[in-house]
Amino acid sequence: MKILVCISVTPDTTSRVSFKNDNREYNPDGVQFILNPYDEWYALVKALEIREKSGGSVTVIHAGPVQHEPMIRKALAIGADEAIRIDVRPDSSHAAALQIAAAVKDQAFDLILTGKETIDYQGAELGAMLAEWLALPFVPFASKLDLEGSRAIIERDIEGGVQVLEVQLPAVVSGAKGLAEQRIPNMKGIMAAKSKPLSVRDGVPGEDLILPAGFTLPPPKQGVRMVAPEDMDQLVRILHEEARVL
Amino acid sequence: MSVLVFIETFQGGFKKPALEAVSYGHALSRLMQGQCQVLVYGKTDQPGLPGRHGADSVLYLDDEDGLADTAWLSGIIAREAAKFGAKALILAQNSTSRGILGRLAVSLKSGCASGVTSLPEIKEDRMEVSRSAFAGKASARLSLGGPCKVLSIASNAVLMKTDGQDAPVEVLTRPEPSGKVKVLETKRISGEIPLAEAERVVSAGRGMKEPGNWGIIEDLAHELGAATACSRPVADSGWRPHHEHVGQTGLAIKPNLYIAIGISGAIQHLAGVNNSKVIVVINKDPEAPFFKAADYGVCGDLFEVVPRLTAAVKRYKEQHH
Repeated sequence: MKILVCISVTPDTTSRVSFKNDNREYNPDGVQFILNPYDEWYALVKALEIREKSGGSVTVIHAGPVQHEPMIRKALAIGADEAIRIDVRPDSSHAAALQIAAAVKDQAFDLILTGKETIDYQGAELGAMLAEWLALPFVPFASKLDLEGSRAIIERDIEGGVQVLEVQLPAVVSGAKGLAEQRIPNMKGIMAAKSKPLSVRDGVPGEDLILPAGFTLPPPKQGVRMVAPEDMDQLVRILHEEARVL
Repeated sequence: MSVLVFIETFQGGFKKPALEAVSYGHALSRLMQGQCQVLVYGKTDQPGLPGRHGADSVLYLDDEDGLADTAWLSGIIAREAAKFGAKALILAQNSTSRGILGRLAVSLKSGCASGVTSLPEIKEDRMEVSRSAFAGKASARLSLGGPCKVLSIASNAVLMKTDGQDAPVEVLTRPEPSGKVKVLETKRISGEIPLAEAERVVSAGRGMKEPGNWGIIEDLAHELGAATACSRPVADSGWRPHHEHVGQTGLAIKPNLYIAIGISGAIQHLAGVNNSKVIVVINKDPEAPFFKAADYGVCGDLFEVVPRLTAAVKRYKEQHH
């Protein structure tokens, strides 16, 4: 089984969010960047579990600048066999998917995994785009995946339940909670990662179909208004008359 | 300049987010001086009903269990968008849109955005849309290009139009599915309001002390017509099912009302609920960080406050009905 895992780099959840250049650009100063947790915990670890059970290889791919290589090495330290970095700075899911599709279209992966979404934009768009470019089935938000020959039995999250699907491979699948458990890289893995192959390739030209056009910060919270614990009729009145949510 | 909206049925009818998407499509079509066509997928006796919410015409695909075959489904929608000459394609943001939004953007060679919260600004042949980013800490504007922009609309973000009439329906013939994706089973958690789409949510954390104490949470949720949710430690220790876990690794929700009971408000939890319109926090610890993110706070013993709130809601409902 030849597996590809698409990994993204995002600001850590606890990072302060600020913008520069008249709120036109995200301000990365002082921000801690991490491997997108859903790519790392669910997609990558699931790929490793499949390899451990039925053999094959796990390749990670990332579209991003050289500064992201420590995050790619982390994926290798957790257990991926090799990595590809496409030397571009995509500013949308579309731009990243385009680059990854162009890089892997001739490589015949049996399974392409990615996290359900990135924790910064939560668009959950890349997997479907990649699947369309590669003409493969796509299943979003998988919480369970078992292989049966050339098919995968996948549970995916839907509103108020789960759906069990049988999917013909090759396919693209995005992973959600339940698919696998986070693994912490150990010293042996970290040492091994240093000599694992990380190839770098150039990007392909593409159209700017999605461009960032600025940010707006929400109006600062008015501050919490405290209601006396004895007077819940007052809280209900406020929720009805002022907040208008009842 | 016309708009195509894609929606699915649910148990013979339509969910509110689907009808919100229709209302959005209607408003956008009028902004662009065009028509709003709605493609209805699923089983229903009322395929023309979206007309009441702004559809000028309806295409009806009478089928079931095809939503998971994302290539097949997006192929049908893209073909109808081209036939109709749609300049925008609107979906409700849900588990279906996650499967097809990106596919449609690629096949229509256009930009897309998920979880859009307001009508776009039309700038010549581009569209500028807003969506939430950084777990609700900011709103991002995106400029979309291409002949047919694809948007999924966040739930509870648009006002529903309700003054229309049933629309004329044209039934579509069902193309053969690819057979590459088959639905083996759909398991629904019955008798509960699905958390992802709930307008009101009552959520509780470790302050509840033990799982046997959840009765007061369920009573309040029942009285409010709310879904129940919980924090990560509660789900991880098996007190509540995992599908109730809201927060960064669980579900991100944006109800109109979120009541957090006995939850301290860790940043990972806030990441899943920041987009709620109104947040009420009930906690006995005045230093709980959640109070900083709340609109209304009650500092007190939840075992006293929650039943009191339930009784107050009951009284309110008796007065208003």
